[in-house]
Amino acid sequence: MSERTDGSPGAAPEARPPVGRTSTVAPSGGTGVEAPPVDEHTRVEEAAAVAGADRRPSWLVGRLAGVRSLGLVGVLVILAIVGVVTTDGQFLTTGNILNILVSASIIGVVTVGMTFVIIGGGIDLSVGALVALASVWATTLQTQSYGPVVMVITALLVGMAAGLINGGLIAYGRLVPFIVTLAMLVSARGLAQAMSDRRTQLVTVTEINAIATTEVFGIPLLVYLFAAVVAVGWVVLNRTTFGRRTFAIGGNAEAARLAGIDVRRHTALLYVLSGLCCGIAAVMIMARTTTGSSTHGDLYELDAIAAVIIGGTLLTGGRGTLIGSILGVLVFTTITNLFVLNNLPTEVQNIAKGLIIIAAVLLQRRSKAAST
Amino acid sequence: MASLLTVSGVVKEFPGVRALDGVDLEVEAGEVHCLLGQNGAGKSTLIKVLSGAHTANSGEIRWKGEHVAFPTPVAALRAGLATIYQELDLVDGLSVAENVFLGHEPSALGFSRRGEMNEAAAALLKRLGHEDIRPAREVGSLSAAGKQVVSMARALSHEAQLIIMDEPSAVLDSGEVDNLFRVIRQLTADGVAVVYISHRLDEIRVIGDRVTVLKDGRTVAVGLPARSTPTAEVVRLMTGRNVEYAFPRSAAPAADGDEILRVEGLGRRGEFSDVSFSVHGGEIVGLAGLVGSGRSEIVETVFGARKSDSGRVTVDGRVLRRGSVPAAIRAGLGLAPEERKSQGLLLFEPVYRNVSVSSLGRFARAGFIATAREMAEAARVTEELDVRPADPRRVVRTLSGGNQQKVVLARWLLRGCRLLILDEPTRGVDVGARTEIYRLVRKLADSGVGVLMVSSEIPEVLGLADRVLVVREGRVVHTGDASEIDESKVLDLVMEGAVA
Repeated sequence: MSERTDGSPGAAPEARPPVGRTSTVAPSGGTGVEAPPVDEHTRVEEAAAVAGADRRPSWLVGRLAGVRSLGLVGVLVILAIVGVVTTDGQFLTTGNILNILVSASIIGVVTVGMTFVIIGGGIDLSVGALVALASVWATTLQTQSYGPVVMVITALLVGMAAGLINGGLIAYGRLVPFIVTLAMLVSARGLAQAMSDRRTQLVTVTEINAIATTEVFGIPLLVYLFAAVVAVGWVVLNRTTFGRRTFAIGGNAEAARLAGIDVRRHTALLYVLSGLCCGIAAVMIMARTTTGSSTHGDLYELDAIAAVIIGGTLLTGGRGTLIGSILGVLVFTTITNLFVLNNLPTEVQNIAKGLIIIAAVLLQRRSKAAST
Repeated sequence: MASLLTVSGVVKEFPGVRALDGVDLEVEAGEVHCLLGQNGAGKSTLIKVLSGAHTANSGEIRWKGEHVAFPTPVAALRAGLATIYQELDLVDGLSVAENVFLGHEPSALGFSRRGEMNEAAAALLKRLGHEDIRPAREVGSLSAAGKQVVSMARALSHEAQLIIMDEPSAVLDSGEVDNLFRVIRQLTADGVAVVYISHRLDEIRVIGDRVTVLKDGRTVAVGLPARSTPTAEVVRLMTGRNVEYAFPRSAAPAADGDEILRVEGLGRRGEFSDVSFSVHGGEIVGLAGLVGSGRSEIVETVFGARKSDSGRVTVDGRVLRRGSVPAAIRAGLGLAPEERKSQGLLLFEPVYRNVSVSSLGRFARAGFIATAREMAEAARVTEELDVRPADPRRVVRTLSGGNQQKVVLARWLLRGCRLLILDEPTRGVDVGARTEIYRLVRKLADSGVGVLMVSSEIPEVLGLADRVLVVREGRVVHTGDASEIDESKVLDLVMEGAVA
């Protein structure tokens, strides 16, 4: 339950499924598909009448954020309280909040693309490596000599091209996403190392660096960029045919295909979209660090996937929310921030992150059991 | 003497549904007891309760005279009650012997004793009359029939006294079915009882001793003699009435409309070949044939979901691109697929999204969906088809089979198609809703749409269709008016040559 059903308030608290048994899918050509009982018709309607009775009043609650996202907001609030109590007033300053948002912005943009891919039934392990490759490619002396516009376009194109290779192999080559993007992870990082000779490439074009230093109304441009990507992503996911088809494909690819959706093209496009997000993230990381490096984006794939999962998106696809993923990113960056403010070692921080992932998934399972 | 297994008054409830509502069953040692019932009558639930996969809410199960309630399938197996499910639960990557002894491998100090295991497996296979299956062979390389034998060997390795077989013949060809029957006779000769589930009456006549009939989760007949009970009586018990569905007749004589679909020499290697027919507007053409005859493959190929090797499909005079569903849909085709849940529906999405999924372009401008209009249109169509409950925001999974099928039909009604392909339109649909679907299909045809329908139920094909094609082993063996052929003739055509 999510912003995906925003436009459909009635769907918020799902009625219990009338058939609790596992449906057996017969082997091809088999005749014995488990079917509903003969008079299920009437039984379902009775159940529906009961479920429908208490549905209307609660739709507003479902609409506000959805149970899962609400939970994550709760986690954020708790983290904020912990911050206020332990950091002696440092946490709740404008400077620190902006700090958190800036730290979240780059991985956040990557997570937007990851959310699309995972809802569409796939996975993209190559995102961190693509950020590195795009940042290196866009900061070679040659590219920099053409100026900032070419650098940005280069970063975006490199991300999209690599995404196209991922998507092409997965959709048209019928290879498993995990394997294809794992191979891309290794080879893209390798290519980035080869191109940069493992050296950090300094960005000398001031316009690029200005992306990180410019502030509008006291808020860094990076945060606006992050917000813009999230907003566009949300609209595309929830208000367009592209988004609708993404859910359909992730939910049941065969049914989507037989309903006339070009599943292969759409799948390929999802990886291109993820690559595009990596390209944007690469520009942001170039601006923030004033470098292009083959070490950029290290382990971003894990952070992004973790954020998507604690955000409530089904790893098998078909269900999920972008807002949840973004809240997931914010939870992780806030934790990091708290640890830094309290001078705690990163080892402890990583352990805490791991525990949070497990706790979030356990919580989701409970709330899912309660709501479906 | 007490029966091997006695079940009385078993009730099993799932949230919202009473799947079993007082079931009785009595199985004697050494008999083949057939369990009959329509889809959804509760057969699968019953065997899950018997095998320990589900626990009954009330009722009594006696095993060799003692009251039992197996908490897990393993407990049932230990007691000597084995179940062979349709999807055989074998591990493809392991050998035959390893599968037979999975979970109770002969071992010494934690090391498995392969030689001993292979010998024991060979002995069991021999007992089943299948020395031809080597114990060291990988199970994944066996045919469906071979795997079934391995499953039975596994049951015997637990010294099973009762083996439940859930539609074992569904995946077998007729030669393999004969073989299966031989194995079953071997088992019963040794005193093992078999509960045989099938809905093929002809098989039950051959192999069964007694029949128990389930309907709507209740037992309607216990222990009828399998060979002498008249077919009409069994069918009446299964359906609760005589088999006379209300088939709506065509308003106008059919086949007067323009030719919409023309299929010429269509073929796909290993599935079907040289299939030619046409469908006119206002006409219902029925495809009759057994499972595996190629009927579903044919219609899926027409729809572009499978790519043909030869021949061509023409819609309104224009040749369709091979293997392209979008092209077929653009040309005006629609498909309600055979496996509604896995092929037809987005189960976790609301009704209106399932309905609009093929017409999204109509509600979108520059890719943005006008949700209000989409929902209104979807609601209009589902209302027209009387989908219940009448709430387009309801998640499709919570609808009954009949209403789910209507959602699929609504999708194509909204899209507005020239030719509708229905693959098993009433599978898993209860009797009342069936009549409704028949009426809808006829109404569609009367409005000028061509309908191509596949069904394994011959009365359905004969009752609903104007013209009938009979398919056998990937070939069309008969084409003619539905009024000029009767059920027994179709049965002859369907079965002929199928006996190897």
